[in-house]
Amino acid sequence: MRPFRYEHVADSGQAVKVAATATGARYLAGGTTLIDLMKLDVMRPTTLIDINALARDHSEIRLDGGQLRLGALARMSDVADSPVVRREFPLIAQSLDLAASPQIRNMASLGGNVLQRTRCTYFRDTSWAACNKRNPGSGCAAMQGENRRLAVLGVSDRCIASYPGDFAVALAALGAAVDLEGPAGRRAIPFEDLHRTPGETPDIETTLKDGELITGFSVPAASWTRRSLYLKIRDRQSYEFALASAAVALDLSGGTVREIRIGLGGVAAKPWRAHDAEAALTGKPITEATAQAAAEIAFTKASAPGELKFKPDLGRRTLVRALLQARAMEV
Amino acid sequence: MEQDPGSARGPSRRGLLAGATGMAALPLAAAAAPSAPSRQPMEARPQMEITLRVNGRDHPLRLDPRTTLLDALREHLHLTGSKKGCDQGQCGACTVHVDGRRVLACLTLAAAVQGRPVTTIEGLAQGETLHPMQAAFIKHDAFQCGYCTPGQIMSAVACVREGRASDDDQIREHMSGNLCRCAAYPKIVAAIREAALQSERA
Repeated sequence: MRPFRYEHVADSGQAVKVAATATGARYLAGGTTLIDLMKLDVMRPTTLIDINALARDHSEIRLDGGQLRLGALARMSDVADSPVVRREFPLIAQSLDLAASPQIRNMASLGGNVLQRTRCTYFRDTSWAACNKRNPGSGCAAMQGENRRLAVLGVSDRCIASYPGDFAVALAALGAAVDLEGPAGRRAIPFEDLHRTPGETPDIETTLKDGELITGFSVPAASWTRRSLYLKIRDRQSYEFALASAAVALDLSGGTVREIRIGLGGVAAKPWRAHDAEAALTGKPITEATAQAAAEIAFTKASAPGELKFKPDLGRRTLVRALLQARAMEV
Repeated sequence: MEQDPGSARGPSRRGLLAGATGMAALPLAAAAAPSAPSRQPMEARPQMEITLRVNGRDHPLRLDPRTTLLDALREHLHLTGSKKGCDQGQCGACTVHVDGRRVLACLTLAAAVQGRPVTTIEGLAQGETLHPMQAAFIKHDAFQCGYCTPGQIMSAVACVREGRASDDDQIREHMSGNLCRCAAYPKIVAAIREAALQSERA
């Protein structure tokens, strides 16, 4: 691991101030992505700003005036275990329960979780020269390589890396907002706007500005959040990333869809919201046929080279099953 | 009189290995020296004063900020029970408790747990009395090579404490962060099930 300067900070104001004066600084919370990638020499920060003391101000898990407030320093396990989250937002609890391992869920913060980096082998292994994300302009070894874990939606001819997380897919589906604090002050943006698709610049993964820090998330509680679930399909039953996943939140009225929210994971370059599929189902009953039609729409633009050929179909079947399970839920 | 069982039996295996490596390195370095380009002395790395609180004792240390909790335990405090398996958060052999919660010592920087209570496998037994989970692993023969065992046991203790050991499926799910290359899984599950029942009765 390359040497770095280590700074403890007491609050978000101090964190942002230190970040503004240091070049190559990174915030350190649970470290489950950052320390891993520093050991692999993929990430090379010259300063680490330890923000764990911010948990005092930013680890709330609270339903407040129709909004679920989640502090960025809340740990995955604590949020998954929260009775209010389990009751009112089952898909959020499930997305966290089904991710990583108990040890990692105890360590990882929500803010770090949504910023976890792709698991693309060619990004993680620096012996591969060609990775536009790690080394802009160098090419993409994954296009012709082992790519079955990578993305089919939102990709470009520069990068087919998949966003690997689960919780972020639930947040994208539910239209959450993310609170940021940076050198220029505080702002909130739609969660869906936090991550970028790769386009010409796969090395730029988010819309965060220099030194900006995630301080929390707001998720609106709505008529669709209780009838919700997160379905994750993977190679192993536990402790594995999604090959395909679907987050579904559903408001049914007399058997027809009044409101629906759909997120897709494991298949896309960023936490994916399937707006077109939502529109296709609104006002209709959920049946095998309508669910399949919506799944077709969700994957219309899928690009599936090489080993990825299986993935659009797996993604469609995952979504169909999730829709039918959500319909059948007792709420 | 208290006696160090290691020294009573002569030099430890670890001491021998360390000594042998040192000796082997000398001739190699000497042979390489003439042809190697002259190297600048390594630039002084900043050291941090860090107090680690391990198994109820405070240990003031001077560490490179890069030192993980796992390396601090093994290389600086010589608590070699916590094992380095993959060193990238995938195998669970390094599992310890920080603030009573199971975490991976290989992905935790020592500087990040300054002053917080750390419990390792060495801190589980009460004197000569094994922790019930340690006793259950022995009774059920829940290991073969034993390399993953300290991590398995630390994870298992937490699994029971979290209330996630009510049936075999739940145990398997909540022990999935601890790999066993010998595949002693059925016996590990049996040991945890028994220790969980005991703790319910206690």
